[in-house]
Amino acid sequence: MDSAIKIKIIQAAVVMVGLLFAVKLMHIQVFDDVYKRKAENNVLRKVTEYPYRGVILDRNNNYLVYNEPVYDLMIIPKDVEIADTLSFCSLLDMEKEEFVQRYKKCRKYSGTRPSVFQKQLTNPELARLQSHLIDYPGFYLKSRSMRGYPHKCLSHVLGYIGEVSLKELKNDKTGYYKSRDYIGKSGLEKQYEEKLRGTRGSSAKLVNVRGEVKGKFGNGKYDTLPIPGSQLKISIDLKLQQYGERLLRDKRASLVALEPSTGDVLAYISAPNYDPTLFTGRNFSKNYSKLENDEDKPLLNRVNSTYPPGSTFKMVQSLIGLQEGVIRGNETIYCDNSIVGDHAPPGSYTVTKAIRYSSNNFFVKLYKRILEQKADANQFKDAAIGMKKWTRYIHSFGLGKKLGIDIPFDKKGLIPSVAYYDRIIGKYQWKASRIRSVGFGQGELLVTTLQLANMTAAIANRGYYITPHFVKEIDGEPVRSFEKHKTLVNHMYFEPVIEGMAQAISQTASRAYMKDIEICGKTGTAQNPHGKDHSVFVAFAPRNNPKIAIAVYVENADWGGGAAAVTASLMIEKYLKGEVKRAWLEDYLDRKGYLRKESY
Amino acid sequence: MQRNQSFIEKVDWLTILLYTALVFMGWLNIYAAVYDEKAVQSIFSLSINSGKQLMWIGIVTIPIIILLVIDFKFFHSIASYLIYGGVLLLLVFVLLFGREVAGSKSWLELGAIRLQPAEFAKFATSLALAYFLDQSGRKLDQMKTLAGIALIIGLPMGLIILQGDTGSALVYTSLAIMCFREGLSPALFVIGIGSATLFVLSLLFPPLYLLGAGAVVAVFLIVIGKKTVKRISLILAGLAIVGSVAFSVDYVVNNIFKPHQQNRVKAFINPEADPLGYGYNVTQSKIAIGSGGFWGKGFLQGTQTKFDFVPEQSTDFIFCTLGEEQGWVGAMVVIILFMVLLLRIIHIAERQKSRFARVYAYCVLSILLFHVFVNISMTIGMFPVIGIPLPFFSYGGSSLLSFTILLFILIKLDAHRMQVLQRM
Repeated sequence: MDSAIKIKIIQAAVVMVGLLFAVKLMHIQVFDDVYKRKAENNVLRKVTEYPYRGVILDRNNNYLVYNEPVYDLMIIPKDVEIADTLSFCSLLDMEKEEFVQRYKKCRKYSGTRPSVFQKQLTNPELARLQSHLIDYPGFYLKSRSMRGYPHKCLSHVLGYIGEVSLKELKNDKTGYYKSRDYIGKSGLEKQYEEKLRGTRGSSAKLVNVRGEVKGKFGNGKYDTLPIPGSQLKISIDLKLQQYGERLLRDKRASLVALEPSTGDVLAYISAPNYDPTLFTGRNFSKNYSKLENDEDKPLLNRVNSTYPPGSTFKMVQSLIGLQEGVIRGNETIYCDNSIVGDHAPPGSYTVTKAIRYSSNNFFVKLYKRILEQKADANQFKDAAIGMKKWTRYIHSFGLGKKLGIDIPFDKKGLIPSVAYYDRIIGKYQWKASRIRSVGFGQGELLVTTLQLANMTAAIANRGYYITPHFVKEIDGEPVRSFEKHKTLVNHMYFEPVIEGMAQAISQTASRAYMKDIEICGKTGTAQNPHGKDHSVFVAFAPRNNPKIAIAVYVENADWGGGAAAVTASLMIEKYLKGEVKRAWLEDYLDRKGYLRKESY
Repeated sequence: MQRNQSFIEKVDWLTILLYTALVFMGWLNIYAAVYDEKAVQSIFSLSINSGKQLMWIGIVTIPIIILLVIDFKFFHSIASYLIYGGVLLLLVFVLLFGREVAGSKSWLELGAIRLQPAEFAKFATSLALAYFLDQSGRKLDQMKTLAGIALIIGLPMGLIILQGDTGSALVYTSLAIMCFREGLSPALFVIGIGSATLFVLSLLFPPLYLLGAGAVVAVFLIVIGKKTVKRISLILAGLAIVGSVAFSVDYVVNNIFKPHQQNRVKAFINPEADPLGYGYNVTQSKIAIGSGGFWGKGFLQGTQTKFDFVPEQSTDFIFCTLGEEQGWVGAMVVIILFMVLLLRIIHIAERQKSRFARVYAYCVLSILLFHVFVNISMTIGMFPVIGIPLPFFSYGGSSLLSFTILLFILIKLDAHRMQVLQRM
């Protein structure tokens, strides 16, 4: 072979190598996008930036819930150098085996990425660690926020947050939540979750091959800032709430106080209560199951439990009778007490007197008049017509239906209707006499404490109520006006009833009486097939231009004129005067306490 | 041609320019490879590779000056054999006392400086080959000459294989290019390329498949052609060779190769099969280069190499930094610089008056071409990962020093090409 050809071949080989590279590089660098995507996957890590959850204030701007910084002890296993494991363990109050086990677990997850070594350090742990941490490379503190409750009250209303459950994740149509996110589990935290949680931000970080963050990806142009959650201002009066919780701490009881003119919930108590901070710490599940198994059921929201209204139902019966014209304001009905048992003496009763003495026989007779409309010759058909009318009246007082309060506790209760009796007794097989105990508040009636308080507010307002609610302002913006519900009873019929309530306090339930505030109230006894009857009491005050309407149940406390009435009276004093002077009544209530454990 | 031309004018400045450009661009890319935004480090800092490389660039000016001032006749002498012998001794020495790094026992420690004698064997072997073929009557169709060449190449190659550095040893196969230019029969190349193809096929397919395919071809050839005994036996012999090569390659790969060598071969055949294991280097290296696009991400803006996704990013995989940050354009600039340098070396080789200088020039060409081809090919998945550097570009004192000496001996010889005639 000629040298010249050989030289050409060698030159050609060199040029071929160059061309080969040009083509191959053109392919992977310019035409094939897969490498660009893979390169981004390599270095891009999305980091979620969590917003602050909104805080909750009472009506006087006292913090009820805020965010408390907590510290987690973090570990980067590859940086850990510990000369003396035992002394480190003693700082953490941890067994050496536990320490080794946790270390291995973190190490297994990643040597270079941080993981949580100890969640939510307690204050003593934090104090011990902070000064010594510098001696232990590989460990550092990371702060995050946790719900804090400066007053440890109102736990049922506030609710709590917890890690989102699988079920909640599945039901989340918006796709907002991710596993391990926190979500409102009950109370206001649940109801106002979307307002309180804010909006997560995210930032794109550059990471190296070991997962260490090296900077911002794309100079932050893919980053979104977290938007803090909204601040809620609620209608609760902290001082009143705390006072009520103290009064009822050793009883199974429920209490709701409303501002009649606005529908604001001033106090909302279910006793026994629990300390809301028990649900924030690292012992959540332990605390939860302890409370869940407690025989006094502190987790149960008793405000939303249903009880018979007892004699507190008699005002509404009177008002319906007056509106229907089956009795006039000064008209008397003679009662020989032959129909049902009665505490009231036999005699002639006006509406006012019947309420004052709580005459059962009067209300059986009145209820019969309401039901018997004389619209049909058939007594059974006639009762059904009257019943239908009566049910509509009752509903207009917010009983037997959901009130639309802004927490996820809003039971309907039970107000019997035509359909109800047709089902349990039979169509056209019942008339007034068959269901007469409903007339004085027993029988098939069931109401919640909230409904009873709301009914009282409607009486105090002489004919209407405003949807009861907690949240008044969101981020300083007042919540648009709440719905006004008119009762089907004209305001001119209320005076005889209210007079009866005033006399009931001044004459009958004298423990609730106050010299300088005219309280209108009504005691009741809710029959309890399982034990001692429940004591129930409703009241509003002052009589003119009422500021507070209140309903109280004290379980197994017997007659309403005792514990329930005293509690309501003290609450009214506290709210209207700011302080309570009747210490003897507080002592009386304390003596009535029957729970061994006072607080949780 | 004027006799009294000054030495400065006789030196091939184009080659020196190309060399300088490559070294400088290499240095910038080494800095880019180790650059850390958070740690404020100067490109000159001796604590990072770019600073160390700059130190080596300074150091290599010493041999450059020495080479340019000493008498060129020094190389046309028994001195070439002596240098070769000295390097062989070093290779034996390193086998006995060397330091093992990443499975290869190929480093000598001299205080703070670590040297790789295998790098220096390249120019030493080239000198020895040039001196050997420069003797009168050496023709490449003679068994004696071929045996001599085989011995000169085989000794360092064997010693380097013993060190466990198969990659560096493979470089010597490239000297076949020089042999081709010096008269080795082209038929041998056809056989060589045929067996290389068979070798690669043996890696890609199980031996039984190859034997089966060979058998089909053999039957076809027997059926269509003349059925003489000689022809049939030749075809069957060919088939036997195919079969034995296929089975022996399979045997060598699975039984004689060390695990890390087996894995490299497997990663070459199918890098996707084990992207986080042995295919990792190739996969990440292609990602880095591929993400560079046409214009690149810009100097110091690369993420893949800087954040250590590509291992060995300043040495064997320096091309990734270039490809990622300077894109197709930057990669092609460097490739064209290399191509121009290689073509220039061919030009230089052919203008030599002595066989010594020509043989040496073709040795330089062979070695550089092999390095450039294999190094860049392995970063883009066209060749198994054998750890050899990109000449003048990769980080590493030994490699920069040895390639500089290799090239500047040629420049020195070239500058004196006219004096050779005088001597004759």
